[in-house]
Amino acid sequence: MIGTVAAVVRRDLLLAFRQRADVANTLLFFVVVVTMVPLGVGAEPNLLRAIAPGVVWVAALLAAILSLNRLFAADFADGTLEQMLISAEPLPLIVLGKTAAHWLVTGLPVTAMSVVLGVMFDLGAEATATLAAALALGTPVLSLVGAVGAALTLGLRGGGVLVSLLVLPLYVPVLILGAGSVEAVAAGLGAAPYLLLLGALALFALVLTPWAVSAALRISVE
Amino acid sequence: MIPWCAAAAIALCAAGLYVGFFVAPTDATQGESYRIIFIHVPAAWMSMFLYLVLAFWAGVGLALNTRLSAMMASAIAPTGAVMTFVALWSGALWGRPTWGTYWVWDARLTSELILLFLYFGFMALQAAIDDPRRADKAGAVLALVGVVNVPIIYFSVKWWNTLHQGASVSLTKAPTMAATMLAGMILMALAFWMYAVAVTLVRVRAIILERERRSDWIKELAPGA
Repeated sequence: MIGTVAAVVRRDLLLAFRQRADVANTLLFFVVVVTMVPLGVGAEPNLLRAIAPGVVWVAALLAAILSLNRLFAADFADGTLEQMLISAEPLPLIVLGKTAAHWLVTGLPVTAMSVVLGVMFDLGAEATATLAAALALGTPVLSLVGAVGAALTLGLRGGGVLVSLLVLPLYVPVLILGAGSVEAVAAGLGAAPYLLLLGALALFALVLTPWAVSAALRISVE
Repeated sequence: MIPWCAAAAIALCAAGLYVGFFVAPTDATQGESYRIIFIHVPAAWMSMFLYLVLAFWAGVGLALNTRLSAMMASAIAPTGAVMTFVALWSGALWGRPTWGTYWVWDARLTSELILLFLYFGFMALQAAIDDPRRADKAGAVLALVGVVNVPIIYFSVKWWNTLHQGASVSLTKAPTMAATMLAGMILMALAFWMYAVAVTLVRVRAIILERERRSDWIKELAPGA
């Protein structure tokens, strides 16, 4: 079982590193979106410090949405996905492996980059660390829930806009808890409850979404 | 069943509006503008309840592979979206004289708006898929994922709001409510129920006719079609 997941993760990572530009683009998009905000609202440090958590989180949501089509589209186009569907290995495990690989090439770089952005927005050490921790716990949920949307819209026209419409409302709890954790630190409260709830959401999504994705893939490919 | 439900909806609506506008007393603090709750509250109830019904039919359709349940789910979605919209719109009209603003980022308002997005997402997904069977099943998976998320969204939004600002405005009314006000609201709620049933059944009939237009029984029913 572990072997199946590891094999899928290794394969997807290898494919991703063969097309490094695609991986870099997601990260670049994230940084560019965050950079636009001070240009739009002005360089007032106190204002920027107040809105930084929300801005970083919204950018992370958008980056996750934009990267979702890479999850299944290429495998669907060349027939690999059908082989995965008829394989003897359990489909939820394969899905888990693909989602894990997706997180490693999107969520993890975004989490690492948030430390730099925290410094740029002058959040302070503790808040920056909280932002990174919240992103580390929250971005897996983005990949997992997003995978449901990606599987449902596989091969549909206008899939990109549609997937945002389906998935963004489902991202609301992650956004609230993630941005809230940083604001709690800024207000002098502990971030622990937020991070614990984010962790709970991540585990909840980890258990349930692979099944939903599998069902959605079977519907989309049949 | 459709004419009965439609007639009941009209009768109950007339009775409810009569009680609401002529029998129920004027509210001590809010004046006459409170009367919008006779539309607002039943619409908000129905908007949430219809999403549960939608998810129920979607789940049944997915589990038992019955076509009619999936058709019920897609027939309910527009009615649910309308109810959500009516609740939001009437709430905005009520908020203007009472709170002095059309919109506040209150927990209930925000989660109701997200519910509207969930309805729109469901309908958009079904509209994007040409094959009706695939549309049914994909919509069902989305509805089930959504129904698991609704309580999480509701509580997270509630928590988000209470942390940001004190409860400056609350939708909860004074616990003592005149009996006639309650009666008017119940009547209107029943009217909205009957309306939802009638409209959903009309829509499901249209969906059946559209999908089965090549089958024999429909050709016998409507030879010209």
